Amino acid sequence: MNLTLHVWRQKGPKAKGKLETYQATNVSEDESFLEMLDEVNEELIKAGKDPIAFDHDCREGICGMCSQVINGKPHGGQERTTVCQLHMRSFADGDEIFIEPWRAKAFPVQKDLIADRSTLETIMQAGGFTSCHTGGVPDGNALLVPKPVADYAMDAAECIGCGACVAGCPNSSAMLYTSAKVAQLAVLPQGKGEAKARVKSMTDALLDEGFGNCTNHYECQDACPKGINVKFIAKLNREYIKSLV
Amino acid sequence: MILDGKAPTGPIENSWDKHRFDMKLVNPSNKRKYKILVVGTGLAGGAGAATLGELGYNVDAFCYQDSARRAHSIAAQGGINAAKAYPNDGDSIRRLFYDTIKGGDFRAREADVWRLSQVSNNIIDQCVAQGVPFARDYAGYLDNRSFGGAQVSRTFFARGQTGQQLLLGAYAALARQQKAGTVKLHPRTEMLDLVVVDGVAKGITVRNLITGEIESHWGDAVVLASGGYVNVFYLSTNAMGCSVTATWRAAKKGAFFANPCYTQIHPTCIPQHGDKQSKLTLMSESLRNDGRCWVPKKAEDCEKHPKDVPEEDRDYYLERKYPSFGNLAPRDIASRAAKEQCDDERGVGPGKRGVYLDFKTAIDRVGVDTIKERYGNLFEMYEKITDEDGYERPMRIYPAPHYAMGGLWVDYHLMSNIPGLFVAGEANFSVHGANRLGASALMQGLADGYFVLPYTVSNYLAGITPGAVKDDHPEFKRSVEEVQAQISKLLKINGKRTVGELHRELGKVMWEDVGMARSDASLNHALKRIPEIRDEFWNNVKITGEANELNQQLENAGRLADFLEFAEILTKDALHREESCGGHFRVEHQTDDGEAMRDDENFTYVAAWEFKGAGNEPELHKEPLRFENIKLAVRSYK
Repeated sequence: MNLTLHVWRQKGPKAKGKLETYQATNVSEDESFLEMLDEVNEELIKAGKDPIAFDHDCREGICGMCSQVINGKPHGGQERTTVCQLHMRSFADGDEIFIEPWRAKAFPVQKDLIADRSTLETIMQAGGFTSCHTGGVPDGNALLVPKPVADYAMDAAECIGCGACVAGCPNSSAMLYTSAKVAQLAVLPQGKGEAKARVKSMTDALLDEGFGNCTNHYECQDACPKGINVKFIAKLNREYIKSLV
Repeated sequence: MILDGKAPTGPIENSWDKHRFDMKLVNPSNKRKYKILVVGTGLAGGAGAATLGELGYNVDAFCYQDSARRAHSIAAQGGINAAKAYPNDGDSIRRLFYDTIKGGDFRAREADVWRLSQVSNNIIDQCVAQGVPFARDYAGYLDNRSFGGAQVSRTFFARGQTGQQLLLGAYAALARQQKAGTVKLHPRTEMLDLVVVDGVAKGITVRNLITGEIESHWGDAVVLASGGYVNVFYLSTNAMGCSVTATWRAAKKGAFFANPCYTQIHPTCIPQHGDKQSKLTLMSESLRNDGRCWVPKKAEDCEKHPKDVPEEDRDYYLERKYPSFGNLAPRDIASRAAKEQCDDERGVGPGKRGVYLDFKTAIDRVGVDTIKERYGNLFEMYEKITDEDGYERPMRIYPAPHYAMGGLWVDYHLMSNIPGLFVAGEANFSVHGANRLGASALMQGLADGYFVLPYTVSNYLAGITPGAVKDDHPEFKRSVEEVQAQISKLLKINGKRTVGELHRELGKVMWEDVGMARSDASLNHALKRIPEIRDEFWNNVKITGEANELNQQLENAGRLADFLEFAEILTKDALHREESCGGHFRVEHQTDDGEAMRDDENFTYVAAWEFKGAGNEPELHKEPLRFENIKLAVRSYK
């Protein structure tokens, strides 16, 4: 199939960006979206032009590196799918495709489709851990975690930290991202001791880093490639209130 | 030179405990005077950096991704082994030790493997304390499964994302240390040189991938935990950014590269779909617990829908060849068996390079819901890539390069032959011998990071003066100039071929000639082709853009330049090792029924290669391997 791409090109963080148009020709439906972009880049390089810079690494949907807004939807809008797992069979011959970087005040664009997501790191450093030392911990079975609790924690822990929730949110809130870690550690016996301090410091960091607040649009859940549920935001809110009393 | 692995002597059961006591310590108030550089933030590097930081050292950690959480350890699916013996099924530290030595085809160092088996239990406790949501039963106890050729259930798992969850545990520990100020992380930074002063590792030179700036960092010790090199095959299950660059640049500064020919080809990957493919996707081999591998008995049935091939015309080749292990035969054996069937013209799918993995028997036995619960995410992944429903139609799988058992040579302290240079995780060669067992990579990465490096690096530091060499030493300036010169050289070529094209070309040679079956002729063919591609690269590659900006082509070009040198050493190692063992299969050395034939008399050693410049003969150094606790035996899974 043949496609027309409109791609956000921006030379650097301070440069002004704009959409440029490219043709992708002879695209096979078995290719992934990023392989299609690889081919476009090969042509650009041969023509002596700067290829499109984009983040990617594992190309199997788990590292969270890839981050593109495709036709207005983070990761292309297919359910539980990262850009790298999006395949060209979801498009039709002659389609026009708009490709942009994550857009949020807290994610400044570095080049083309690459955004700086280090603000997500700051939130995690604020308290996304249990303060255990290496060594000197009890036997793994000393802390019993019944399956429903372990499953709930795992549902939250599946977050890959890509930032699609932020890109999808009209407020550019990182609430789903933050809540997933708060909820995971709040229900596990290992994390309960620090639950109050954690929810406070992580939400403080979220606001300090320029993310918006949550006003229940649920766009984050829609955009999340791992299906993280907004129920964790409710859990965060409960943990937050508990921390005040 | 005969290398000494410095393994402790005496009864192996006490070897690590005794050795820990014998090692020197650094006084708590002196720790803050030392600086340690850690390259790579996967399981080994992340865990190591966090633990060394917690001990009180100043740690600078480096990764090429934008976050430590994205290292490729994250992609490991199946699980992590430990000798907890919770299911009461006969497991023990000794059995894990035995299985790992045997699984590695008797090409690993006994003492290192014992230590790994011993600390495996601490790893599970540590990860639980971090909040890793391992699978549990309704009472709350940790769940186990059997995995990858083990006859006991010793594998702990977190759905199909065990690597992710363990890495996030290490990442959380690292975040805690970043907050505490003991670890400074340098993301989007790639190591391009090792700085060696008077024969001792004293720093690294890196490129800031955002600004293109080249800078040096000094350290009292350098830890490389930069992963494996199977992207030398171009198509592999590794992430796109995985490369040999960090370890190879250290090799160019004198570190020996051990057993590079030991590469693991994983049996359960999704077959290649076309020429434009950029990577291969692995599905956890836990699928083989319930899936049965087969191909049609008759070549003419290969084009048929699998449902139209009657039971009696199917060849369940693993069950036929290995009745006691069946579909759970270890990776190297299962991969080679799949290749044999396809070479026999009985493969299925595009290009007839695929075999079926069929769940029908299991679905009939336990129901589709149970299968969904066990492997749902893998079936989903399979469907996304192939557009086929694995519940309805058998999956198609084919082996793909997956893991490197070889790596920089290290002694028992995980220190290379360059004092002060430590190597951990997949980047070193130490414990997997010629073949790694499933669920053992996560175990090794975390063992090295949490429980080995903190002791052995401290022991080294206790013997040196902190900050004796800093980045004002002339070697640092020289290193920066060398790195800058190479980048300028690359950008000046301005030829006609892209980095991607040339990497594909190298990969094709490596896969066809140095892949699952190697012969004297194929290896010599590769040795002819690799220098040709290398010359083509240095004369005709085209890289657009500039040095002082975010330039992904330039990054890829540097990595390919290293693969083009390294590939030759890998091939020479394969040619010199006139035996078949584990992942290294030489067609000249097989039994009448096609099984690997080791030559213990002549090859029970680690081959550690000293690089002498591209195109020159590397020098071989040997570390003899001694088996005092396990008798050398033919590895049989029949």
